[in-house]
Amino acid sequence: MFAHSRSASISIQDNIGRRLYGRSQSATLLRMSTIVEFRHVAYAINGRSLVEDVSFCIESGETVVFLGRSGSGKTTTLKLINRLIEPTSGVVLVEGRPTTDWDPIGLRRRIGYVIQEVGLFPHFTVERNVALVPTLESWEEQKVRARVKEMLSLVGLDPEHFAKRLPRELSGGQRQRVGVARALAADPSLLLLDEPFGALDAITRSEIQKEFRELRKRLGKTMVFVTHDMREAFILGDRIGLMKDGHLLALVPAGEFHKLDHPEARAFSESWA
Amino acid sequence: MTVFDFMWTNRSEVFALTLEHLVMVGISISIATAIGLPLGVLMTRKPSMSRPILTFANVVQTIPSPAVFGFLIPIPFIGGIGARTAIVALVLYSLLPIIRNTFTGISGVDPAIREAGRGMGMTGGQLLWKVEIPLALGVIFAGIRVATVIGVGVATIAAAVGAGGLGMFIFRGISMVDSRLILAGAIPAAALALLADFGLGAIERRFSRLLCLLLVVVTASSCSSPERIVVGSKNFTEQVILGELLAQQIERATGLQVDRRLNLGGTLVCHQALTAGQIDTYVEYTGTGLTAILKEAPSNDSARVYDTVEAAYKSRFGVEWTKPLGFNNTFAIIVRRDDAERLGIKTISDAAPHTANWTAGFGYEFIERADGYPGLAKTYDLRFPKPPRILDLGLTYKALAGHQVEFIAGNSTDGLIDALGLFVLEDDKHYFPPYDAAPVVRQAVIEKHPAVRDALVALGGKISEDEMRRMNYAVDGEHRDVKEVVREFLER
Repeated sequence: MFAHSRSASISIQDNIGRRLYGRSQSATLLRMSTIVEFRHVAYAINGRSLVEDVSFCIESGETVVFLGRSGSGKTTTLKLINRLIEPTSGVVLVEGRPTTDWDPIGLRRRIGYVIQEVGLFPHFTVERNVALVPTLESWEEQKVRARVKEMLSLVGLDPEHFAKRLPRELSGGQRQRVGVARALAADPSLLLLDEPFGALDAITRSEIQKEFRELRKRLGKTMVFVTHDMREAFILGDRIGLMKDGHLLALVPAGEFHKLDHPEARAFSESWA
Repeated sequence: MTVFDFMWTNRSEVFALTLEHLVMVGISISIATAIGLPLGVLMTRKPSMSRPILTFANVVQTIPSPAVFGFLIPIPFIGGIGARTAIVALVLYSLLPIIRNTFTGISGVDPAIREAGRGMGMTGGQLLWKVEIPLALGVIFAGIRVATVIGVGVATIAAAVGAGGLGMFIFRGISMVDSRLILAGAIPAAALALLADFGLGAIERRFSRLLCLLLVVVTASSCSSPERIVVGSKNFTEQVILGELLAQQIERATGLQVDRRLNLGGTLVCHQALTAGQIDTYVEYTGTGLTAILKEAPSNDSARVYDTVEAAYKSRFGVEWTKPLGFNNTFAIIVRRDDAERLGIKTISDAAPHTANWTAGFGYEFIERADGYPGLAKTYDLRFPKPPRILDLGLTYKALAGHQVEFIAGNSTDGLIDALGLFVLEDDKHYFPPYDAAPVVRQAVIEKHPAVRDALVALGGKISEDEMRRMNYAVDGEHRDVKEVVREFLER
């Protein structure tokens, strides 16, 4: 049922120093619609600016990876999408509507959210954790149960074996899989992932990245992924957005990242080499 | 008879008081939880509120409990004599640990969990009830446990305001200088505290989810029905005997039901309880009424003092003094008999020169009263090198007999005077005004039940000083049951 086919490479004419925004331009792209759009978005708290004048569009079905060092504003960007925070200036649009017009609770339930610390509820079993949003949305019990099984199988965990366990009885990698299953449970069309594999050891991380890439292809969901790992960005992203000090320096197809002529881009490229 | 024999013979009373104690603490903790939990949550939501809330709870907890009771007694609705005041005070004392632990528990929830919950679209309420409170429950419950253990201890003091509980034994024991009675209250109280700590700990581990329900279930009330006559007394042996005497006399003569609120603390507590209609009668002393209540200058004329208080109480408080019982319980200045013999002193004037080498020990009432220590010191030119030690009235005798103090103010009818080998100095300058004992009773009660008045008047002139001292000694010295001593007296 996730056999969505989508063209793997999208030709977007983003270039360094030229930020893409505005519906007219994005409407020209293949047959895709814009899911997320930032228009000159800034966010500041206590007089400290975390994101400044950021504009971009994310199209249905693509995976955009925001790459940057700690404090570059990538997590803030993510939180602006599901309205965990609201822009100080500019507009964030989800499916064409400013987030400030959305009911924040309804908006968040339509968007899957995975964070680095996973944030599984320690007093809930794996099953109840995965069932969280469907339960909040008052799905029928049968349907919820079936969905939980499906999701656990999808992320490679045997439901028989894992459904009744508590998060503390899982390894880090298993926990992160449950986190992904939980985010996918209510079938959101958009998934936000904030360094989901950041806390895993290198081997588990590499395995789970590969699996996730396969999963992504099958699901065909729009994903916004945040990482500081160049390799991860390259494996998972259709496009890579490079962030530094609250600015979006560039948003380019993954294959063109190495062409970027910016010291920060070179620093990341070298970090991988 | 050991403490445990005593507890076994009086097991029904021990059980009843323990239950009363438990109910009092249970209700208080439930109310404190119902108030403290939302306040703790509020602090996590509005950090600006946390300082004022914590400051309030902290300040309340530093007020000594007798002071809290003192503040509460005159307040209508929440105050007064009885369980209500005790519960209000216990609630105030229990708030701090509950509020603090709720705040700490919820603040301690991993921010990632909270962010995940919010990010998944949980509302504030869902996050609170499904995630934050369940995760903080252990810490919150630890706070409730601490509050309960504190509450079991503080509740023993509640007997001072007539709330009953195990403090009844302790107070009675202190006033009768009977350590068995003190232990009969203290041992079950300590056991209760340990059990509460242990039991709640077990509940916390096993049934954390049933907890909220359990707290709601605790209910009970301890109201006295309006058709009963309520007899009060102050907190020393003679008063307890006289309270019991009034109670039995009313029961015998009128057949009305009587509630006993004995051991109520000092004069002021009894007086306030009487004028507030929470007790109907108790035995007061004319000199006390004149100086402590009416704030008039002491007088040495017994008949004039009676007439003054009789008229003033009627017009000002709607309270009637019935006939004096027959004895004058004036203050007695007491020293050790061996000191008196060795130094050859018989009067307070004889003793005055020796006071420069002595320490005095007085009950707190004697220190404060116009006819108490300040006037005494002036009249007899007493020169204690140190300010007097302030002790509970019942403990002064023990302190004197135990050579901790050399000079105390007791009551002339005190049975312990002979029993402990003490000596009453003569008030040769007639400093102390007469303290003729007489029942005071609310006029409203007399109008409704004239038979109560007749019953009390019938006691007039029946008790001599010897008689009173004998009854006091029967209770204090021979550790006999108050009810029994009073019954014997009335049946004679």
